[in-house]
Order: sequence, then structure tokens, then C-alpha cells
Amino acid sequence: MSNRDGGRSDAQEGGGILDTKEFLKRMVEATGVSGYEDSVGNIIREVLGTAADEVTGDTLGNVIALKRGEGENRPKVMLASHMDEIGLMVTKIEEKGFLRFTSIGGVDQRTLVAQEVRVHGRRDLIGIIGMKPPHLLTPEEGNAAIKMQDMVIDLGLTEPEVKEAIAVGDLVTINRNFISLSGDFAAAKAMDDRAAVAAMHYCLLELKRMRHTADVYAVATVQEEVGARGALVSSYHIMPDIGIAIDVCHGEMPGVPEQDTAPLGKGPNLALGANIHPKLFERLSELAREHNIPFTLDPVPGPTGTDAWVMQVTRSGIPTALVSLPLRYMHTSVETLSIGDIKLVGRLLALFVASVDREFVEGLLCY
Amino acid sequence: MLLKRLSEAFGPSGSEGEVRDILVKELANVVPSWQRDALGNLIALKPGARGPKVMLAAHMDECGLMISSIDKSGLLRFRKVGGLDDRVLVSKHVVVGSKRVAGVIGAKAIHLQKPEERNQVIPLSGLYIDIGAKSKEEAEKLVKLGDYAVFATEFGHLSDTVVKGKSFDDRAGCAVLAEVLSEDYAFTLYGAFTVQEEIGLRGAGVAAYALEPDMAIVLEGTTCNDLPGSEEHGYCTSLGGGPAITVMDASVVCDRRMIAELERLARENDIPVQFKRSITGGSDAGRINQTKAGIPVVVVSVPCRYIHSPVSMLSLKDFEATIKLVKLFLRSIEGGFLL
Amino acid sequence: MKDLIKQVVECYGPAGNEKAIRELITGIVAPYVDEIRVDNLGNLIALKKGGEKKLMFAAHMDEIGVMVTHVDKHGFLRFYPVGGVSPLTMLGNRIVFENGTIGVIGCEKLEAQKDLTLNKMFVDIGASTKEEAEAKVRIGDLGAVSREFVDLGPRLVSKAMDARIACAILIEALRTVANPAHDIYAVFTTQEELGLRGARVAAYSIAPDVGIALDVTRTGDTPTSITMDVSLGKGPAVKIRDSSVLCTPAVRRYMEQVAKDNDIPFQLEVLEAGGTDAGAIQLTQGGIPAGVMSIPCRYVHTASEMVDYRDVENGVRLVKALMETKYTG
Repeated sequence: MSNRDGGRSDAQEGGGILDTKEFLKRMVEATGVSGYEDSVGNIIREVLGTAADEVTGDTLGNVIALKRGEGENRPKVMLASHMDEIGLMVTKIEEKGFLRFTSIGGVDQRTLVAQEVRVHGRRDLIGIIGMKPPHLLTPEEGNAAIKMQDMVIDLGLTEPEVKEAIAVGDLVTINRNFISLSGDFAAAKAMDDRAAVAAMHYCLLELKRMRHTADVYAVATVQEEVGARGALVSSYHIMPDIGIAIDVCHGEMPGVPEQDTAPLGKGPNLALGANIHPKLFERLSELAREHNIPFTLDPVPGPTGTDAWVMQVTRSGIPTALVSLPLRYMHTSVETLSIGDIKLVGRLLALFVASVDREFVEGLLCY
Repeated sequence: MLLKRLSEAFGPSGSEGEVRDILVKELANVVPSWQRDALGNLIALKPGARGPKVMLAAHMDECGLMISSIDKSGLLRFRKVGGLDDRVLVSKHVVVGSKRVAGVIGAKAIHLQKPEERNQVIPLSGLYIDIGAKSKEEAEKLVKLGDYAVFATEFGHLSDTVVKGKSFDDRAGCAVLAEVLSEDYAFTLYGAFTVQEEIGLRGAGVAAYALEPDMAIVLEGTTCNDLPGSEEHGYCTSLGGGPAITVMDASVVCDRRMIAELERLARENDIPVQFKRSITGGSDAGRINQTKAGIPVVVVSVPCRYIHSPVSMLSLKDFEATIKLVKLFLRSIEGGFLL
Repeated sequence: MKDLIKQVVECYGPAGNEKAIRELITGIVAPYVDEIRVDNLGNLIALKKGGEKKLMFAAHMDEIGVMVTHVDKHGFLRFYPVGGVSPLTMLGNRIVFENGTIGVIGCEKLEAQKDLTLNKMFVDIGASTKEEAEAKVRIGDLGAVSREFVDLGPRLVSKAMDARIACAILIEALRTVANPAHDIYAVFTTQEELGLRGARVAAYSIAPDVGIALDVTRTGDTPTSITMDVSLGKGPAVKIRDSSVLCTPAVRRYMEQVAKDNDIPFQLEVLEAGGTDAGAIQLTQGGIPAGVMSIPCRYVHTASEMVDYRDVENGVRLVKALMETKYTG
């Protein structure tokens, strides 16, 4: 089934509404390493603000866009997609101005080699995490992965020049722009999980054309990559009746068993298992079938490793679900996905929100 | 026998429905009302005329398997639910889904193996559940993605006092709790049959958050490793040594006052008790202990050999002594024991 | 202040049995505060009133140790670690139990030194039989490292500098603070070494507007050390991150500003592995702005942790100044 429901026209309704691809590009090219999401947070606040009734923040920096529903005693649905990205942090400025660094979130050290990076100090400086040229390597050296603790960032400046602009604690991201690939595929850093923020935005735009009872809290969460910390505190103070995390899942690629991946361009991936309330899964799959939205399944017996895992056990418990975007090469700087999938996720979420009423929510507690 | 029915019930983490149903039916006459929540916890409410509010907790879920894909040959691939050692899976009988479709986890015949192979653990990727289907289509008529499977172990007596069955961790705890709930107390008692303990101690904390008890007792079926090849200091607990009290585990430091009171009651009533001799492994007690402004807890366990495998073993003497000890503790609270 | 430090670091208080250190600190701190209480996890919570916002300081009282799990027929004790205990640094150490019984840590014969693991080790309290041993110690008892405090002049050495040095700093700040600008909740927490447990529940019940943990951190100033830009003697460290927390930038800025305004030297700290109470405080309820002041410390989690006394004095000055300067972040 490849019948795509939801085209470009939906996202261009009204003046000044940002196109999904454009919004995604702006977000992934911005900086927002876990714990320091302000830069991308401001962009998201501005854009979600045009699609929602009000936008607020909280002490950890989560951006919360509220779109109200209609009627009395409205149930609350919280959508959570994380805006933080993995990155690096300067730990020491060595002699001659080379920088030592550590990671924030799960960075594969093999993806750092021979990269251009941006060091975000008083100014942004470009640096290189280089490696010894092949001419100088011994055979053993050539076969081993280089450890992060042995890498340095070379800014090409003298020590005093470096110290004038950079300090211990400064953040580093890979210098990568958004790349359009063939068809509607695109690659960039931080598609995990800003593509989901774009899906959330698309959902809010769709909801403008629909009637819904539930209040929707679309939350761009912080610090997911270091333990879903933003979702923990935001679900605590929002106290939603339903929590849906939108994240990415592994896209189909050679060398990985098919059962552990989902195909790109074939719609959202729905998780089922202990972290997912069975009635939410049922409702999402029913709506997808009814509205010809293709989808794939991911049976997860334990932790999903997403915001859904922490939301589910907040306070006295929240019914949760997880909708994912298939993504290849996760946690590299060339994460690849299909833009069409983003819109399908957004549409499915909107249909779900529109179907939620007080009765449905009460039924979730009757296990 | 309730322990038998609970042991044989189908209830891996995330799919505890059958266990819930058995308990509600069993306790219909002694529990006035039940509270449920978004995760599937089942909480017996026995309000009392006065305080304190005491929460007892036992988890309903067991380790199992989850179908993750169906091969075109009709064989089922699976993922593990909870902490199962890969080595206990091979050559076993399982049941899949709510219809309990029979399946086997087979292994290459010894005749077809090279000698070196026999020393290697078969990786999870090399294991399948065979339900006898000859194709994917045929399999899909019986099972679907996301269905759970559990070991098809029958409960049985090995002697008058020793029984075998699956999932005594923690159906033994549930049976103890059910027995304790059959009596009435002057204070408020909550009996929380929790979910998803095996995949990360998930249900107990949200239950404690809602109930806000003054103290809690977690009832477990715990590691008993008193076997040849282990040294005594590695036993953790011993079969026949009586209920095991936890001083500390990986998730919690148990309340000393509660431990002292349990020891006193055991001494005065000739109940043998032992202390759990390891700190590895967490329990629901940790989550409860750190809920809101903190809740004093203790863990009391029935020693079980071979937990987290298809068949485990316990002593009915330990089991009954655990029930007796917990009831004495609650009567002591009734009689004025406070923290 | 060295006498106070000696008293506090030498006191018995392994994670899970902080009674003795709590009683010691209560006795010292009571005259300087308005209210004191103990909560369900044994945290000591002292309140010194002074303003509108609630500023919580957390310094953990617990130290690493061992729990007795078995007494064998010859009177040797087997144990499990309580907190981050390393077999290498424990071998040959002396352990002390609550009742004062002292034991030595020995090990089984090994094929190679790298085979040394905690389950091959035992405590010898000098008993010859099980009965003799059980007259003094039993299963479930907790032991802490037994080692006296030493003053080397500019540097101080003891077991449990982590985080008793922070407790001493907090006590001294409470004693000398003149005009607190906040309601100061000085919390001496429990079970930090077991997973930030005390701080988690204390922060829940206090619900502060901002939380600052006081602890120790490692250094990068010993031969071929880990890469870390923190050294003894360069001042207390304002933490940027560790594995439990990405310190709230606004709190970090507040701490840096207060240090600068009061001419207090400080360093910036990035710790790759290790956590503090701030990690628990920051994620309490709807989120609490959190930061950490760390005292640089060499040889963390050994019997001889070393700090610089000038860092400690500057740490007191900084904590005091934070208490007296309104947080507006």
C-alpha cells in the first residue's frame, strides 16, 4: 500500500505557515545538544506558535505548544518529540590549542573520524577531527577503531587564539547541512528527533481543519538522548490523560536483520508491547487502516528507549504509545529518511487526537 | 490450589490479564473493591477504621517471549521479555498467544553438529519457535506479531513439601498476598498485584504514588542457589531455611525497624527465617521506597530455585511460613506497632 | 575548620546506615538553624529562614562500604559492595563496623592479579570460629573504611572526603552566614552512593526553587591521569556536567557570577563518569534548576582521598555567598 494521504497543499494553507521540509531544514541546521537546546528551541517556539493557541516553556527548557479542543472537561493528549541532538563537549584545551572532548548522548566514535565540526564558543569556529594519513599507519593501527579519548579537534589556531574564543564546557556539533537526496529522501544530522518535531507541527496544522475535544500539548522535549529527562518533568506538570512519543526507528539497510528495521517511505512504524497501552495501539492501527495510511509494526517486549518509557510511569501512570519514523544511519551526521513519512505520521496523530473523547480516556483505566 | 493456578497462568510482562482475572475471582468475597490504573496494576482496597496505611505488593508478571517476526517458512522469531538466560531456551515447549498455540524451541540434532559447536551457546538469532506451520500464511492464521509466549510448564509436587512449576517468581508472592488478603484488619490495607516488574520495576512505583502508604512490604520469590558447585556464601538463600528477609538489594535499603520486628515475631513464633545473602538484583521495593517523600519498605521472599527459567522449585514449608510471618506482622501493626 | 573536618570525615556512616554521622551533624548544626527534621530515608533536613525563594543545598553523608552476607565456619566474613567499591583499592584495607569491630580485607589465592574480584575477598575480624565472629558481627551489618584523617598542611587526606568534606563546608557556611537571602534548606542526604536516593525524596518534599549539590570531583593533575581540566588548589569547581546531570545553565551562571563578584577563585568542571545529588534534584516533580559545586579530590573512593584546604575554604566562602545572594535565574 503506497497510497499517500496528505500532500503539499495541507502545509501551505494560510500565510506564513512553514513547509515541512523547510521547517525540518531550519531545525537540523541549528544547534541543540542535550542540555543546551535554546537555539533550536527558539526556532521551534516561533514555528509551533503559529500552529497552536499558546506556547510556553519550563525550567528544563521544554517547549510546550498548546492547541485547545472544544467543550467542557476536555481530555489532555501530550505529544512528545525531542529536540535535543547528541554532540560533544570540550573537556580540555591542550598545548598548541588542540581540544580534547567527551560525548553527550550515544556518539559512535567511528563516526567522528575525519569530520568537520563546529565548536560553539564565544563564536562558532570550524575544526577538524583528523586522522593520521594512510602513509603513516602501521597495519595494526589501520584495523582498529580510534578511541574518542585519543582524538583531538584541530582548529588551526594558536593556543592564545583558541583560549580567547573557546572554554572548557563549550559544545561541539558536526558541521553538516541538510542534504536533499533523490525522491523525497533527505539526510542531515539531528533528524533524530527533529523530524518528529516536524511531524508534530504537521499534526497541529491538520488539526486546524478538524474538530477535536482534546487539548493537545505538543512538547518539543529536551535531554532525551541522556535519559528522557525533559519528558519526565514535562509529563509531570502537564499530567496528560494520554502520552504519545514520536521518535525514530531503524530504517531498513543491508547488514541488519529485517525484523529489526522498518522500510523507508512506507509510513509510520507503530510499537506494541509493555510500554504501549493496548487500546492506544488498537486505535492508532484502526485509524491508519481506515484512512489508508500504510504502517509497519515493531513488537517491543521491554523498554522502548524513548520518551514513552518515562512518561508511562509518571505520577500514578499515563497510558502511552509510540509512533516512529523509519530512519537510516541513526546517530551519524547523515541520518536519512523520507519526508513523506513525516507527513503521514503527522496526519495519523491528528486523526488520533480528533478521535479522543472523555469516554475513550476513561476506558483506558479499565484494564 | 491457588499457587498451581497462578503458576500455570499466562502473564508475561505487558500481558498480565489472565493473572488479574484469576485473582479477582479468587478474592471476590474478601476484597470489597479494586483499583486499576493505566499500566494494568490490580490493587485490592481494604479500608480500615484507622491508620496506618499499609501496602503489600507482589508482581503478577513473568519472564517470557514475544513474537517479533514470522519467517516465510512458518517459523517464528522472538525477543525475550525480562531477564532470561539464552541458554535456558533451547529444547523447550512453549504456548503462544491467548489461544495457547503449542510450539517448540528446537535445536539442531546432535548428529548434525560438529563437536566444537556443542560447547557454544546457541545465540538468540539461531532460535525459533516451531508451531508446526508450513508457511507464513498458515502461521498467520494462528499467531500474530506481538503475541507473547510462555513456557508450558505444569505445576506438580515432587514430594509432600516440595513443588515445581514456572514463575514462582513472583506467583508465589501473589499467592502469599492473596492468602493474607483473605483476612480482615483494623487498619487500611492495600494489596497491590503489580505489573511489569521483570522489565524494569515499572508497576509498583505508580501504584505507590497513587496509594501513598505509610509503609510497604514487597513479597517476592527470590534466588535460591544452594546447589553443588556453589559455595555457601553464594547461595543467596536456602530451600527450607524459611522466608528470606532482604536487608539491602540493588534497588533499596530496607527499613531496619521493620526488619527487627519481623525477626522478633519469627523468634517468638518459632518461624525459621534467613537473610538474603546478596545485594545484586533490584525489586519493586526500590521504586516504592523512593516514591514522593519516601516510604519505608521491607522485602520478604519465598526462596525459589531456578528462577527465570522454565521450571522452578520451592518448599511449601517456606511458602506457608512466609504467609504466617506476614500475617503476624500485620497483626502486630494492628496491635500498635508503628514506625 | 580542620577539627570540624576531622570529626566529620572520620565518623562512621556507610550508605544504608547513616545514623551516627546524622547524629553528629545534628548536634553541630542545631544551634545555627531554625528547624530540623529527619525524613523516611534518613535525610537530615535543616532549615535556615531568610527569604522568599527556597534554595536547597545537598551534601551526602553516606560513604561507600561493604555489607556482610555470610559468616563462615572459621569466622571469616564474606561481603558485597555498598556503593562504588573497587577490589584493587579495598585489598589490605581495614573495615570498621557500627559497634567498633575492626577487620582486615584479605583475598583467596589468585592465578593472576587481574583475577581479583570482590567475591574472592573476605573480612577477617580475628575470630577463629563462626560463633566467635557472630558474637560481634552478623549478616546484614555494614562496614566502612577505617582510616584516620591526616593534615599535610595545604592538603588534607582521609577516607570519605567524598562527600563529608562537602558536609563540613555546608556546616561551616550555616554557622557563618550572616544574612541569608533565601530560605536555606541544608540537606545532609543519604544513599547518594547507591543512586542519589536520599536527595530524590528530599527534593520532592522540599520542592525548592533551585538546588545546588555539594560534592567532590576528580582531577586531571596526577601523573598520566584522565583528561580533565580540574586541579587541586585552583578553587572549588562549578560543574558543567557529569553523567547524572547537565547543570542548568542559569544556575551555573549564577554561581560563576557570585564567585566573580566575591573574588572567589573557581574552575569549570566537566566530569565524564560519575553522578551527584543534582541529577536527582533536577528531575524532581516538574523540574528544578540545579547546579553543583565540587571540591577537587584526588584518589576518589580510596581510603586516602586528598583535597586542598584552600579549595575548601574558598568553597565555604562561595556557599556562604550563594546563600546571601538572591537567585534570579
